[in-house]
Amino acid sequence: MSKTLLKVTGLKKSFSIPAGMFEKKKLLKAVHDVSFMIPEGKTFSLVGESGCGKSTTGRLISRLIEPGDGEIWLDGEEISQKKEAQLKGMRKKVQMIFQDPYASLNPRMKVRDIVAEPLTIHTNLSRAERYKQVSEILEVVGLSDYHANRYAHEFSGGQRQRIGIARALIMKPKLIIADEPVSALDVSIQAQILNLLKELQAEFDLTYLFISHDLSVVEHISDHIGVMYLGTIVESGPKEVIFSNPQHPYTKALLSSIPIPDPKLRRERIILQGDLPSPVNPPAGCRFHTRCPVAMDICKGTEPPVKPGETAGHFVSCHLVE
Amino acid sequence: MELSKAVNSSTTIKKEKKYSPLRELLKNWKKQKNALWASLFILLLITVAIIGPFIAPYDPYKPDYNAMLQGPGIDHIAGTDEYGRDIFSRLLFGARISLTVSFLSVFLGAIGGTILGLLSGYFGGWLDRLIMRSSDVMFAFPDILLAIAIVAILGPGLTNVVIAVSIFSIPSFARLVRSSTLEAKETVFVEAAKSMGASHFRIMFQHILPETLGSLIVFISMRIGTAILAASSLSFLGLGASPETPDWGAMLSLGRDYLGTSTHVVMMPGIAIFLTVLAFNIVGDGLRDVLDPKTKNE
Amino acid sequence: MEKLLQVEKLETQFTKDKQKIKILHGVNFHIHQGEVLGLVGESGSGKSITSLSIMKLFKGTSGEINSGRILFNGDEDLINKSETEMRKIRGKQIAMIFQEPMTSLNPVMKIGEQLLEPIRLHLGLEEKKAKEHAVSILKKVGIPRAEEIMNEFPHQLSGGMRQRIMIAMAISCNPQLLIADEPSTALDVTIQAQILDLMKQLQQKEKMSVLLITHDLGVVAEMCERVVVMYAGRVVEEADVFDLFESPKHPYTKGLIASVPKLGQKKEKLDSIKGNVPNPSELPKGCKFAPRCNDVMPICYEQEPPELNLENARSCSCWLYKEERGGIRV
Ligand SMILES: Nc1ncnc2c1ncn2[C@@H]1O[C@H](COP(=O)(O)OP(=O)(O)OP(=O)(O)O)[C@@H](O)[C@H]1O
Ligand SMILES: Nc1ncnc2c1ncn2[C@@H]1O[C@H](COP(=O)(O)OP(=O)(O)OP(=O)(O)O)[C@@H](O)[C@H]1O
Ligand code: SF4
Ligand SMILES: [Mg+2]
Ligand SMILES: [Mg+2]
Repeated sequence: MSKTLLKVTGLKKSFSIPAGMFEKKKLLKAVHDVSFMIPEGKTFSLVGESGCGKSTTGRLISRLIEPGDGEIWLDGEEISQKKEAQLKGMRKKVQMIFQDPYASLNPRMKVRDIVAEPLTIHTNLSRAERYKQVSEILEVVGLSDYHANRYAHEFSGGQRQRIGIARALIMKPKLIIADEPVSALDVSIQAQILNLLKELQAEFDLTYLFISHDLSVVEHISDHIGVMYLGTIVESGPKEVIFSNPQHPYTKALLSSIPIPDPKLRRERIILQGDLPSPVNPPAGCRFHTRCPVAMDICKGTEPPVKPGETAGHFVSCHLVE
Repeated sequence: MELSKAVNSSTTIKKEKKYSPLRELLKNWKKQKNALWASLFILLLITVAIIGPFIAPYDPYKPDYNAMLQGPGIDHIAGTDEYGRDIFSRLLFGARISLTVSFLSVFLGAIGGTILGLLSGYFGGWLDRLIMRSSDVMFAFPDILLAIAIVAILGPGLTNVVIAVSIFSIPSFARLVRSSTLEAKETVFVEAAKSMGASHFRIMFQHILPETLGSLIVFISMRIGTAILAASSLSFLGLGASPETPDWGAMLSLGRDYLGTSTHVVMMPGIAIFLTVLAFNIVGDGLRDVLDPKTKNE
Repeated sequence: MEKLLQVEKLETQFTKDKQKIKILHGVNFHIHQGEVLGLVGESGSGKSITSLSIMKLFKGTSGEINSGRILFNGDEDLINKSETEMRKIRGKQIAMIFQEPMTSLNPVMKIGEQLLEPIRLHLGLEEKKAKEHAVSILKKVGIPRAEEIMNEFPHQLSGGMRQRIMIAMAISCNPQLLIADEPSTALDVTIQAQILDLMKQLQQKEKMSVLLITHDLGVVAEMCERVVVMYAGRVVEEADVFDLFESPKHPYTKGLIASVPKLGQKKEKLDSIKGNVPNPSELPKGCKFAPRCNDVMPICYEQEPPELNLENARSCSCWLYKEERGGIRV
């Protein structure tokens, strides 16, 4: 087994949100007790519906927001309680790729300065040396010097996402947190970027925390998967297990909801009733019980513990699972 | 890599003119007809401020008791004042004083206000409350009253006018920059910079400040008009330039005794102030349309 | 089967900075009675503009139809209809659902009011009957507490519920044709499944024709009987859904289908289409797909391929099939 690069245990985060004028401030429990680990060189994906806390988890791990509780071990170091000044080392090891290729690049900077920014921050290289590295890395992501001297908004979404990837790569990071990196792209461009991410992983021995709501994309890119619902991971495990032998009713429903791009395949669909509950008042007991087609009495009162599945590394939180 | 060739070739098909923000700005600026005229006027004014002393037909300080309070005519196109000094020459000299005073005071105010606004918006918390409450206090006074109070403490003189006007400009700049900072702080590219480990300083000056620049430039051009008015008012009240200086405000002040008889003594500097303030405001409006498209109603 | 809608050589353009930019370049397709037709294509290919052209909804934009015919119900050409006549058709005979349920509902009007508007206008029911009708429609689209919801505002509902309301409004006057522009794109997968399921049931029950616009090939495969593929403002392929997925003809369609990651498919590398989607103001000469096409031939850079009718009522605009009509190529 290869070494564990990232290990997260019991991660929690609540946001206090403004309530009505005379009401008490409310707490929105965005992430509630999330634990998982990623071996070096592998891809772990967080998948789930809008608002289930995927991005928040990513931002907690990259220390963009303060964790409420829990531990984050990166490369053998606990980083959840460190102050910003102590995080320099971690900031070099972890880079992010964002969903919106338009908003995540500064519109007033030229591409080469955008890509060179991590070098500007972390190294004392001269401008010429930085730009040399930029040229090299642009080549790697399928762009050229032609792009370097321009502004980001002169390019299409796919090209911008390549620029964002180049920026993330230039520090030779260990972990890349990619928050929906292909969701804003057209299908044909999405495939280009997914291929690129895979090639880069092999070439630079990268570890990915991949965040997405698209299960087909997740299946393509991941080694391990964590399925999130209302701030918790309800099931996690190796990709093969999650897709061929899902145990949690939510995972099953989610998988059956994906429209298959093949008219000859019609699958038995589990259609969940109702809407996602609000994370301000998450249901007691199992958070999924309000929509679960097989909920039992115990689900309404008791939170199901995390139980290991049959395969190593497979975990499920459901009362149905023995 | 095969992929890279594909991407390049598709973008190089058409060799369009390279994008540059400055060219874009100039292109849009040419569409602003009024502002174009106003900016030409300001350009003229600046030229006058520089070469005025060389082209002035008369010495602005030298009295000529043979030609007191003459109306506009062939000898003196804008007439003369109570000491027989040529008003046109005095206006040319005054342009330099008015522009220097207003530019200096607005720039000082803008720098102070921008730094305070950035700090306040970026860090928030007690620093924000401190800065914003102090500026609230200053806002509670009418601008001119505040300036009078400052000059009253520091003593009259043009330098003190500059100080007074820049101080009373600070809160409005701080407010403006704070609100654009709050907005820019939430952008994804600022979050990206944070995730890379960029220092607060870098985030503020590399990523946030450029976002505020558009509205800042607009506001500066508007404030220059205000500053000219304020400086003139102070001089008019005898708190700024000394009476013999050819400052437009001081000239107004001298002329007020002859309002009934020789209107031109007041009219001429009045028109100069009016046109200049108007030009800066029109330019400000034009700049807003070009630089600050958010406030533009499409 | 009878054709309900036939779009012929539709050209639509916008004017920007005094420059005319053609967005649709002769779009041809038809919808049969009671059929679900899928309109697929990537962002910017002109799907929404096609639907807006059919409805002639260009208010507030510079859009205008240049030429072409839009035959509805036989020989009524919608292009020649006046705004007043169109208003009678919109909502009554052709209804539309938009992608963003929040922006297409009026935020300051109660759900009931918005729902009653088209019912009063087109069905001429008196107040009490109209209300009953509205409530029954809400029940039909699976809204619980229908009577209460009538008095609520859009922001009080979830995205899925709002989309149900949109569907309710669209079907309230029994339209012959429902145009649904990305009805489920903004929704989560489990909610999308609910909405698609609902649309399918309603379509079968009411025997409506549906023009379903989407960029999701999964949705197409699941919902549609026939598919029209658009690229750069043109229809590049038209086929039965089974034929299309089984044997796509146009290189773009092939690339598109191959680009989508499919569940259970063990593939290291996805097939992708090289290059980028072209900008409508700087389209290449000849076939618009030529710079990205793997089968490109010299003629493709020179001339636009004509629309070729192939067997099984399919058509495809690609030079590769020029000879197939003679039975040489398969
Ligand atoms: N800064 C914040 N302040 C208050 N609430 C927040 C904040 N950030 C996120 N939330 C809330 O936390 C919950 C989880 O949000 P998060 O962005 O992690 O979801 P997500 O799984 O990434 O969803 P999506 O797929 O829509 O991106 C949501 O209900 C969101 O509204
Ligand atoms: N009001 C408008 N003015 C000018 N151009 C427009 C306008 N609306 C759309 N366009 C242009 O028309 C082209 C086609 O747009 P359309 O909205 O039909 O694309 P689409 O296929 O629906 O894409 P999407 O999947 O993103 O909805 C785009 O290039 C777009 O920029
Ligand atoms: S016409 Fe030519 S370029 Fe266009 S899709 Fe067919 S083969 Fe490719
Ligand atoms: Mg997110
Ligand atoms: Mg559209």
